[in-house]
Amino acid sequence: MPGELFSILTFQGGYNTSVVLAGVIALGIGGGVIGVFSFLRKRALISDAISHATLPGIAIAFLIGIALGGTGRNLALLMAGAATTGALGVLCVQWIRDYTRLPEDAAIGTVLSVFFGLGIVLLSHIQTLQAAGQAGLNSFLLGSTAALTAGEAQLIGGASLVAILIALLLLKEFGAVAFDEGFAAAQGWRVARIDLAMIGLLLAIVAIGLKTVGLVLIIALVIIPPASARFWTERLGRLVALSGAFGGLAGWLGGSLSALLPDMPAGAVIVLAAAAIFTISLLFAPRRGVIAWGVRRLRMRIRAASVRGLLAMADGYLPPDGLSYRVVRWRGYIDGDARITESGRTAASEMRRQDRLWQTYRTRHPEAALSFNPLTGTRIEDVLPADIVATLEAHSR
Amino acid sequence: MTAADFLSIDLPAILVAVLSATSCGLLGNFLVLRRQALIGDAISHVALPGIVAGFLIAGTIATLPLMLGAMVAAVIAAGLIEIIRRAGRLESGAAMGVVFTTMFAIGIVLLEQTGASNAHIDAEHALYGNLESTLWLGVTGWDDALTWEALSQLPRQLITLAGVTAAIAIMIAAFYKELKVSTFDAGLAASLGLPVRTISTVLIVVVALAAVAAFEAVGSILVIAMFICPAATARMLTDSLSRQLWLSVLVAVIAGVGGYVLAAFGPQLWGDTDSLSAAGMIAVVAGLLQTAAMIAAPRYGILSRAIRRRTRQLDLPA
Repeated sequence: MPGELFSILTFQGGYNTSVVLAGVIALGIGGGVIGVFSFLRKRALISDAISHATLPGIAIAFLIGIALGGTGRNLALLMAGAATTGALGVLCVQWIRDYTRLPEDAAIGTVLSVFFGLGIVLLSHIQTLQAAGQAGLNSFLLGSTAALTAGEAQLIGGASLVAILIALLLLKEFGAVAFDEGFAAAQGWRVARIDLAMIGLLLAIVAIGLKTVGLVLIIALVIIPPASARFWTERLGRLVALSGAFGGLAGWLGGSLSALLPDMPAGAVIVLAAAAIFTISLLFAPRRGVIAWGVRRLRMRIRAASVRGLLAMADGYLPPDGLSYRVVRWRGYIDGDARITESGRTAASEMRRQDRLWQTYRTRHPEAALSFNPLTGTRIEDVLPADIVATLEAHSR
Repeated sequence: MTAADFLSIDLPAILVAVLSATSCGLLGNFLVLRRQALIGDAISHVALPGIVAGFLIAGTIATLPLMLGAMVAAVIAAGLIEIIRRAGRLESGAAMGVVFTTMFAIGIVLLEQTGASNAHIDAEHALYGNLESTLWLGVTGWDDALTWEALSQLPRQLITLAGVTAAIAIMIAAFYKELKVSTFDAGLAASLGLPVRTISTVLIVVVALAAVAAFEAVGSILVIAMFICPAATARMLTDSLSRQLWLSVLVAVIAGVGGYVLAAFGPQLWGDTDSLSAAGMIAVVAGLLQTAAMIAAPRYGILSRAIRRRTRQLDLPA
């Protein structure tokens, strides 16, 4: 089994499997890259409205396909239908948000549920037709790579690549609008048009991915990778690259696992791979991660406890609470019998001096002192120039 | 159509639709005003993994374990969204997107891997619901409809939903003032000594309860539509919360009855004998009502605002 997994992962699992895998990876990268912009604009859930709004389009495209004498299962036609009603859905969201008193989240909820309801009504009509190929429509809900032909995978991969390319070409414009709309407008860029291009790409990637991961889970491909990448970097270029890489990785792992194991729907496995990447990022990212944050907080508490303990000792008392007692004991400032040691005496009187200098500084320069945290025991010589420290020393006596 | 047909097929479905719409619609008012409209969306999507997990643990498709599973999943999802939003400093939309898609994916994998999909649980059913299969067996006509024997055979979902709807209405009436203040001005509520945090947690739990009770009969999409459309429609029509609540119930009832009637009997108008999806049609009717309100509402509608703007322009001195 591991050998088989390895051969699928390295594209040696047969022609069809490899083409499908490549298509899914391209889709993952595309979702990651394009998702960054709506994520940065704090409109991540607009993709939720888009994806649900595609259902009536799929049903209508299917009906048109039948009326034209085909089976209605032409993927390109279905994608076009999906994109059309998806676009209509976005327009409705923007219209409701801009022209009524309802906020954007209510607009998104309205559009996604009403469009989806319409889609269900149309599907229930299609089910009564007993037309060929209608069973394939269900794969748009939950997605399936098993039903993907090599030709369809090539279409998906190719379309994803085109969308990625456009996003990269417009990176500077997208970045400006995503970070600071007012700035972009002041630079003379047409924000409304750039916004439209952004939404257009989002729409394209949703329509492309529908058949593979399904319309509920396609949302994950444009939300989870950017949210994961955000933990690692603050810079747009890196964010886009990382988000694309995470999306691609999720597609690669998820696509391979679902090809290997029976009854593993690709969409769900890809989303779970992306969720694993997100969890790792949330926990372990060096600066914004939860663990790094916890460690920083713990360090801060220990430093504050040490300040508290030493100041109490300078006044002839023992440290006032359990934590500060343990900290000064651990640093050897008091011995096992709760007696202040020689090094403790030195440290306590130095801390008392620091505290006196800081207090003088705060009285004389209150605004400037605001930029320093009084609890962390920073040595004043380390952050202020020597002449100011000397003046403070003179004034504090 | 005979009286027996109506009583055993159409009436229970209509009542279930109306009760689902009313319970979700009432709560939706607070969600829409609190800018939490999409919590309903997230919660109804995570009901799927909850139901599958409930089935796997209990081993039956009895209602209670499934509903408990969905409740637990909804509460876990709400908690996770809050944790990720705070710990990861993410915008709440993104946090919701991460959580509900992941849990939905877990639900699908569980469904496929454990063979639960063979036991009348499937994801499509969860999305669309199955309003049409709510039947009142054992009723033969109007005469015996009110006998104890017939009433005791009322569909179980109907009784559950009636209970949940009544509970929600009583809760809103009992805590009306608290809900109102904490919804419109959380700061004021806190300064009055109201437990703002607890109120919002309880609200989420009750939303989960309503979603789960309605979900089984009408599917997650109609649940989302009912959390948002009636409240949004009512919001277009009035500024007063109490009037908004009554209006939202009215909209919910009209959508429920109208949607069902259109879906069941609409196709006969053009000679088609098959009926359409009632859950979907109810959502569409709710959407149409909301659209009408957005366009033609007396004060806040687009038309009246355009007219006001025009008269103001005409009034300007030349």
